[in-house]
Amino acid sequence: MTKTFRKSALTAAVMLSATAVVSTAQAQQALNVVSWGGAYTMSQEEAYSKPWTEQTGQRIVNIDRSATGLAGLRAQVEAGNVTWDLVDMLPADAKIACAEGLIEVLDHDELLSPAPDGTPASEDFIPGALDECFVATIVYSNIVAFNTEMFPADKQPSTIADVFDLENFPGMRSLQRRPINNLEWALIADGVDHDDVYDLLATEEGVERALAKLDTIKDSVIWWSEGAQPPQLLADKEVAFASAYNGRIFDAQVNENQPFEIIWDAQVFELDGWVVPRGKLDVAKDFLRFSTDTERNAAQASYISYGPARMSAAAIVGNHIPTGIDMTPHMPTYEPNFATALPKDDDFWADYQDELNERFDAWLAR
Amino acid sequence: MSVSMPGSHANPSDHSDSGAQAPLVAADGRPLKVSLRRALFKNKLRAVLLVAPLMLFLLVAFIFPIFSMLTRSVESNEVRTILPTTALAIQAWEGEGLPDETVYAALAHDLKEGQRNRNLGRVASRLNYEYSGMRSTITGTARRITNVEAPESWRDTLIDAHRNWADPAVWSVIKRESRGYTLSYYLAALDMRYDADGSIVRQPESRRVYVDLMIKTLWMSILITFLCFLLGYPVAFLLASLPMRSASLLMMLVLLPFWTSLLVRTTTWIAILQSQGVLNNILVALGVIDDQSRLQMIYNETGTIVAMTHILLPFMILPLYSVMKSISPSYMRAARSMGATGFTAFRRVYFPQTVPGIGAGAILVFILAIGYYITPALVGGESGRFITNFIAYHMQVSLNWGLAAAIASLLLGLVIALYLIYNKLVGSDNLKLG
Repeated sequence: MTKTFRKSALTAAVMLSATAVVSTAQAQQALNVVSWGGAYTMSQEEAYSKPWTEQTGQRIVNIDRSATGLAGLRAQVEAGNVTWDLVDMLPADAKIACAEGLIEVLDHDELLSPAPDGTPASEDFIPGALDECFVATIVYSNIVAFNTEMFPADKQPSTIADVFDLENFPGMRSLQRRPINNLEWALIADGVDHDDVYDLLATEEGVERALAKLDTIKDSVIWWSEGAQPPQLLADKEVAFASAYNGRIFDAQVNENQPFEIIWDAQVFELDGWVVPRGKLDVAKDFLRFSTDTERNAAQASYISYGPARMSAAAIVGNHIPTGIDMTPHMPTYEPNFATALPKDDDFWADYQDELNERFDAWLAR
Repeated sequence: MSVSMPGSHANPSDHSDSGAQAPLVAADGRPLKVSLRRALFKNKLRAVLLVAPLMLFLLVAFIFPIFSMLTRSVESNEVRTILPTTALAIQAWEGEGLPDETVYAALAHDLKEGQRNRNLGRVASRLNYEYSGMRSTITGTARRITNVEAPESWRDTLIDAHRNWADPAVWSVIKRESRGYTLSYYLAALDMRYDADGSIVRQPESRRVYVDLMIKTLWMSILITFLCFLLGYPVAFLLASLPMRSASLLMMLVLLPFWTSLLVRTTTWIAILQSQGVLNNILVALGVIDDQSRLQMIYNETGTIVAMTHILLPFMILPLYSVMKSISPSYMRAARSMGATGFTAFRRVYFPQTVPGIGAGAILVFILAIGYYITPALVGGESGRFITNFIAYHMQVSLNWGLAAAIASLLLGLVIALYLIYNKLVGSDNLKLG
């Protein structure tokens, strides 16, 4: 009883504060932009929001809710009170939101600006970056990183199989508390070919095999759930390896001089980008066009090591603005890094995540 | 209110004649009965108006959410509203083999309609909970048949679009979920499911999550309640028996943490208990443990129990204290003067009088504990998670609100059942907050 009550009281409080935010925002006609927070929102702020506010005077309100963005969108649309104007989302969530009619269908060539040489947007974005309701802005990658000080200099790990090798590379590991990526890595470390990973995971034996491989390191794993945790755990030397978003590790390497190294082998890369909540197209379309043009798209890569989704932008990526180092070798799409990359299969996870989440939870509890 | 003197032979029919013959009348000339009723009504109205904000608040923040939660846990409208003609047509299918052409044609019609209205996502998600792969089956098929008009056989066209349409199990799921209500959320919450021919079976071992977790949550809440009693009873006793000045100082020590933010107290425990934390450092410095074998006291059950016992302790101490405060010391003195030892006097005279306080404190701590989720999420790691963490997960991440509602309803039912049992054993009159 108390729980339900507390939950409702909390909802009421959140709704109250949300209304407060909205009413002040509307007074100044600010744009409510939902994103992931941390170093990522910072890069968006530098590359998109600041120049936008300078040009138009419109204020951008950052809301760090992308981790539960789909839930928030659904609740807002169901309640008939949509307060978000633009949401940063993963393509898998965008597919679901699109099929549920929570977000606007986008006419890419009309809404997005062409490349400087006149190539229309639909041909300038990398394959898969433009979906019915979705515009990708970046390519990011899920990788495993390690703290170089935890291993002797002549024996540093280099492949995903090393993460599962407790004998040669002892120490705690930190992995994200979800089946996505972990099951893929377990199979690849077990010798499965990249092309067969998702076909195998669709079968009972494949899931059993992946979990059996994870069983071999289960006792040495600390599970994380927030993107900020893995760099912290690595810095504290609570773990030797940690899976992470590559931009977070880059941030720690460059801005905090942490002795981290990324294992690019079997990186699982995916896209991330904008969706427009239902009924917000008129409010959001100018900023959407601005933030996805070639110049802005390339500028973001000067603040965080995520590859731009426009080909015309990838060609003009410059140096890291705060430190001046060359961004190229830090990009997931950089040739040597990309050789053994695995694209995350959104269709597979859309179908199997309900079931595999349950199996993963049951496996964790065993 | 002044009243005119009543006449001894009042004649109610005679209104014109005032004085001794008149009915009872108030000072303003109205009949007393009316006046009294009005006064009572005013009082009643005032009382109602005074409690109205509370009632309204309870309705909005308590009764309505619970009602909505109970509805959500059995509601299954997606097939009926988004695939309406299919839901109707499939009723004729007996579950043998594949349904006939009319059902396939109805489905094709509904899918096209849904594609136009952009609402197939809900039914796709709903059916995907029951049968993995339905999400892409529905959205993929809808996309492929948009431009198909009246083919020779819809059955072949749909099966060609996705092989799942040739699986009778898919159709029995659709038929089952077209009733408008469903038990499948409750089944999932109890680690059960429908099998291919519609009978209820247990989940395979690799997918059982919730029942064990429910039992663990229950067991840990009982343990935390017991620890609170063990630690809180002596403190409350001390508070009640110390002289006023030192008692109020001690009271501050109990209340100060109580007023501190929950998150602050929880993260403090992380700083103290983690493997590079204060406690481990002290133990290593004292040479009690080796630097290599630091104790893992957080991100497991121990962390949850320690942090939650600390956070909930005041809820045990305060009711105990106020009950103990009202026990006259003369009872103990009387027992001692009749030859009881200190322990016997405590056990036979003092302790029984504190039972109502224990009851109140225990039920407060237990109910709060079973609903906690922030603390277990932060310090519980994998083994110290509560069932409430899964409710939050299904609310925010997996978006399976029906399942979240079913687990929450079961938890609510469990708490009510335990309260009723408790009531039977201890009696609610034996519950005292002071």
